Amino acid sequence: MKKSIHVTLKVWRQASGGDKGRFETYPLKDISTDMSFLEMLDVLNEALTHSGKEPIAFDHDCREGICGMCGAVVNGRPHGPEKGTTLCQLHMRHFSDGDVLVIEPWRSRAFPVIKDLVVDRGALDQIIIAGGYISVNTGSAPEANSIPVPQGAADKAMDAAACIGCGACVAACPNGSAMLFAAAKVSHLALLPQGRPEAARRAIRMVEKMDGLGFGNCSNITECEAECPKEISIAHIARLNREFFRAQLASDEK
Amino acid sequence: MLWLFRFFTASIGRKFLMALTGLGFILFLGTHLAGNLLLYRGGNAFNAYAARLHAFGGLLMVFEFGLLVFALIHVLFGLWLFYENYRARPIGYRVRKSGPGQTWGSATMPYTGLLILAFVVYHLIRFHFADKTSVTIYEIVKNAFQSPLEIAIYMVAMAAVALHISHGFWSAFQTLGANHPKYMPLIRGLGLIFSVVVGIGFGFIPIYMTLV
Ligand code: HEM
Ligand code: FES
Repeated sequence: MKKSIHVTLKVWRQASGGDKGRFETYPLKDISTDMSFLEMLDVLNEALTHSGKEPIAFDHDCREGICGMCGAVVNGRPHGPEKGTTLCQLHMRHFSDGDVLVIEPWRSRAFPVIKDLVVDRGALDQIIIAGGYISVNTGSAPEANSIPVPQGAADKAMDAAACIGCGACVAACPNGSAMLFAAAKVSHLALLPQGRPEAARRAIRMVEKMDGLGFGNCSNITECEAECPKEISIAHIARLNREFFRAQLASDEK
Repeated sequence: MLWLFRFFTASIGRKFLMALTGLGFILFLGTHLAGNLLLYRGGNAFNAYAARLHAFGGLLMVFEFGLLVFALIHVLFGLWLFYENYRARPIGYRVRKSGPGQTWGSATMPYTGLLILAFVVYHLIRFHFADKTSVTIYEIVKNAFQSPLEIAIYMVAMAAVALHISHGFWSAFQTLGANHPKYMPLIRGLGLIFSVVVGIGFGFIPIYMTLV
């Protein structure tokens, strides 16, 4: 296997939200295949900075695939072509010498571009604020085994809780829908006894909020599931739908 | 009643209506196909079936009215969803590559839907509202399929219906909240089988009619 490759980047550059934006082309030589995708961008940014140009703005934090900050669409695929990986965990060995990589920000009416590849994902926070929590009194931690949780429910809740809120589901969905995100959050809490008391209100409020933020609607196209770096299943969307019907038709919540 | 209004205007509530009306059409297509297969048994069998169906009189009218209401809901809510989905991404991607999730069926739902709508209007004018005072329905069908153009229109429309159902069938169950690893593969399989049966079952009739 070749230890280093040449690639050409076509990167979306946009100075600010008001700027029109355009693609810029950057040829990169001798990129080690051991580098992560973000490290490759670091190399480019260092060169840009040295030549007095503005470096490419992109979000990142942990670089371990757990914080949900990173993400861009690489050649039409959110977080790049590898299954179940975040952009920070994608390595250059998955690309070949001479590849042209088109790098774009998440595209959604609900995610305005702040700069270059950085988008404002505050809309996802608003969905959480609408009901993605449980209300508990603070104080010392309760005895862990006082509320029994069946193993199956715990496993499914854990699968849903793996969502890092990166927004790749919205970016991948041809409709720009945030259903997989909302479903993961609703499902995670609905499966646990601690989440049941507020389940009906949560389902109604979070869906209502999501609908008002400019996302599209779910058409069960399943691109979200295919591109989710945490491989969250659309079975959680079915559970969200059930929770929503139950809340609307069989609870006092309005 | 505000909650009910909110339910049916929420994204999931509107999808609920799409799924319910879509499944209604699927049931209708099943019975419609069963009836039309009598064309293979010749003019007398088919005309007798048509006569027995129309003997239901008022009951048949109720069903037809129900189908019309379902159609209005499915089309209007479908277009509403489509418009919002279209607006949700004002700036598209330079490179559009669908991942492994999308299928031909799911990618074309609004387009196959509109094609079906245009076809249904044409189909109703051609057969349902046709003047039947001097000719039997079997003769009308037989005459229609002497024209290569009409045969082509039917085959294209049936391909669109098959494609629409290939995604719509399982999608409706998912929308209604029925998705479990235990039975989802079965529902997906049944949907594919049903779409093929509908596509070939209806699609072959025009060809057969040129042979007899
Ligand atoms: C033979 C007639 C038809 C059948 C059997 C049928 C069936 C279905 C089914 C089962 C669904 C899935 C619902 C869901 O995902 O929950 C669906 C979705 C859809 N149908 Fe139809 N349909 C028919 C005609 C039409 C027509 C005439 C239109 C005209 C616009 C249309 C437009 C749509 C659209 C846009 C969707 C996708 C909705 C979404 O998921 O966002 N369909 N259809
Ligand atoms: S930087 Fe934290 S998930 Fe990629």
